[in-house]
Amino acid sequence: METRRVAITGIGAMCGLGNDLETVWKNLLSAKSGISKIVNIDENMWPVSIGGIVRNFELSEELLDKKEAKRFDIFIHYALHSAAEAIKMAGLSDQVYKPERIGSILGTGLGGFPIMEETTKLYYEKGPRRVSPFFIPSFIPNMGAGKISMHYNFKGVNYATSSACASASHAIGAAAMEIMLGRQDAIVTGGSEAVISGLTMTGFGNMKALSKWNDRPTEASRPFDKDRNGFVMGEGAGIIVLEDLEKAKARGANIIAEVVGFGATADAYHITSPEPDGAGTVPCMQQALEHAGIKPEDIDYINAHGTSTPLGDIAETNAIKKVFGEHAYNLNVSSTKSMHGHLLGAAGGIESVICIKALQEGMVPPTANLEEADAECDLNYTAKEAVKKDLKYALNNSFGFGGTNSTTIFKKHS
Amino acid sequence: MEIQEKVISIVSEAANVEQGNIKGETSFVEDLNLDSLDMVEMMMKMEEEFGVEIPEDKTEDLKTINDVTNYLKANVN
Repeated sequence: METRRVAITGIGAMCGLGNDLETVWKNLLSAKSGISKIVNIDENMWPVSIGGIVRNFELSEELLDKKEAKRFDIFIHYALHSAAEAIKMAGLSDQVYKPERIGSILGTGLGGFPIMEETTKLYYEKGPRRVSPFFIPSFIPNMGAGKISMHYNFKGVNYATSSACASASHAIGAAAMEIMLGRQDAIVTGGSEAVISGLTMTGFGNMKALSKWNDRPTEASRPFDKDRNGFVMGEGAGIIVLEDLEKAKARGANIIAEVVGFGATADAYHITSPEPDGAGTVPCMQQALEHAGIKPEDIDYINAHGTSTPLGDIAETNAIKKVFGEHAYNLNVSSTKSMHGHLLGAAGGIESVICIKALQEGMVPPTANLEEADAECDLNYTAKEAVKKDLKYALNNSFGFGGTNSTTIFKKHS
Repeated sequence: MEIQEKVISIVSEAANVEQGNIKGETSFVEDLNLDSLDMVEMMMKMEEEFGVEIPEDKTEDLKTINDVTNYLKANVN
């Protein structure tokens, strides 16, 4: 079956490194840390008090006026903010294609968890009459995509994906397939997450998933390093605009890159631990390569899931070696979570944006804090410094609790 | 009169409309374009402000500023 090519015409990003794409990118290339100590909290209630928190953020009133802003949890603000950046870059509007041919599919792992936490407290302390009628729409996971549709009059496919830390990647995969099948002309996709709260930090902390280096925030996220000790929570968004390549060309859009392959599998192994030999992630990467119609040797850069957990980084390294053989040692791997932390459901969004930017600029962003690699992590992780390299294909891995995996492959547009 | 002023102030905030543009006969739905969720939120603010409970079946009859003011005058101690 003949399928359509998928162009990327706009990208937007925000996280602890900055609130716009260019600031995030500049800081990534200089290996800056976006992780800091979280202030003004009751530390007794926060076993972990470091994170890649977004700073100095105020949503434009054009996107949500002050009154409306209070009615939507922060992941929706982030989605609107980065979507606006990507949509502006793409020059996308309801005038470019029929509104019902423009969609939005966004991933989020936990949706509006902070507002649920606050409202639960209000409910138990003050009773049901104090629970706002706007409570439900304020947190439901698909409201990011929903608000984008309302703001821009995009009347095509509209929903959220939720697969823990693979949410945004699954969104991008689903969106790409809508375009490949010719069902939609353009889709705003990626994901957003904003769940840095006392309860989530306690939950992830009690799982022993988080680094507890509360006094060394900028060094705490150190994927593949021998001293790594858990992930660092991040927040933000990564949004991309996908379009039918021929139609994008015809309207004179600037094409940055293409989505060429997507893989999705399950470990069928454990609720939170990765399968150590890559029994689920190996076929995931292979499926994406096959879908793209390319050989493992064609991949130049892997933006790894690389969360900085003791088990996960080894399992992913093993899987990459199985898929790429000798070429595993030639390509560049990096985990940018070392700088922006783990954006959970938005991870695949921001890391896809980073892959696309890497292809566009011919620069591989580094793995910060990688002082001495774990003995079982022996690939070229682009330690500490960005590398200039002409890139044609970049691959992004995102794996989630529940044993879910996704791989997306991007190609430089030429 | 004091009750009416308070009501107008709450409605003004709920509808994002200046107090001067809200009169006794102003209708929440027809003039101020409030939807059903806005209405619930606004009635909850009234309850909080005046320390009364407005039964749900009663709120459907409260369509204007005057309706709410009269209801509160009758029910607030």
